[in-house]
Amino acid sequence: MQSETKSHVDQLTSPAGHPVTVLRFEGDIASTSKEAVLGVYQALPKTTNKLILLDFSKVDYINSSGIALVIQLLIEASNSGQKVYAYGLSAHFVKVFTMVGITKYAGLFPSQAEAMAAL
Amino acid sequence: MNAMKTTNVEVRLPSRMGFEKVAMSTAASVAKLMGFREDRIEDLKTAVAEACINAIEHGNRLNEKLSVGVVMSAGEDSLEVKVIDDGKGMKNHPSKPDIDRKMHGEEDPRGMGMFLIQALVDEAEWVAGSNGKSSYVRLVIRLDKEQA
Repeated sequence: MQSETKSHVDQLTSPAGHPVTVLRFEGDIASTSKEAVLGVYQALPKTTNKLILLDFSKVDYINSSGIALVIQLLIEASNSGQKVYAYGLSAHFVKVFTMVGITKYAGLFPSQAEAMAAL
Repeated sequence: MNAMKTTNVEVRLPSRMGFEKVAMSTAASVAKLMGFREDRIEDLKTAVAEACINAIEHGNRLNEKLSVGVVMSAGEDSLEVKVIDDGKGMKNHPSKPDIDRKMHGEEDPRGMGMFLIQALVDEAEWVAGSNGKSSYVRLVIRLDKEQA
């Protein structure tokens, strides 16, 4: 019943010349999304991927289990010395991410262009 | 939906994860008919989805022989949603998640559903059913005067 979460990774370079790893999600982010969120993140080499950008622009539904997966990703990233940013969230989920405190550990941007310009 | 007193819409869900989206969509449709703003409908969708997830996972313990009842009562200036399961009810009160404690492994990354419900609607109460069954959470969102 939950739509399958798809994810893929793009390697980009910011205008400032920094390598940025973009994790693009599509579908629902819920309890069934562990592999698509954490699995894909954990497969990235920690030493070469220091800037992680999460793309939520094709995600319609995120529930509390999905938010917990994002927090687990933030914990692992923090322990590995990586910085995490995100873009493409609807106004509602920007509010929800702010309410639960995620914005303290992940900068949110409206678009990929604005995120890349800041990295 | 003119001259509305109270109009009830009921949905019965199987205790299977993912079916919360059926209740979420139905509640959104009722709220839209009542004239709620889009941002309030989004709040309601998340609150209803989280209430149904709690009912499916904790109340009915994913037992597919049990169903979750969702009763929406549309009044003139508010929408009440009751989500009913066969559990004993929630013992804990919602607490604000502490992101710093979560980040340091001192608090479970999960467990934000009740907090989100309470934060996103105008009223939320958890009621334990008699005989340890038919517990429910009751949510209310109200139309702003300029919306009504």
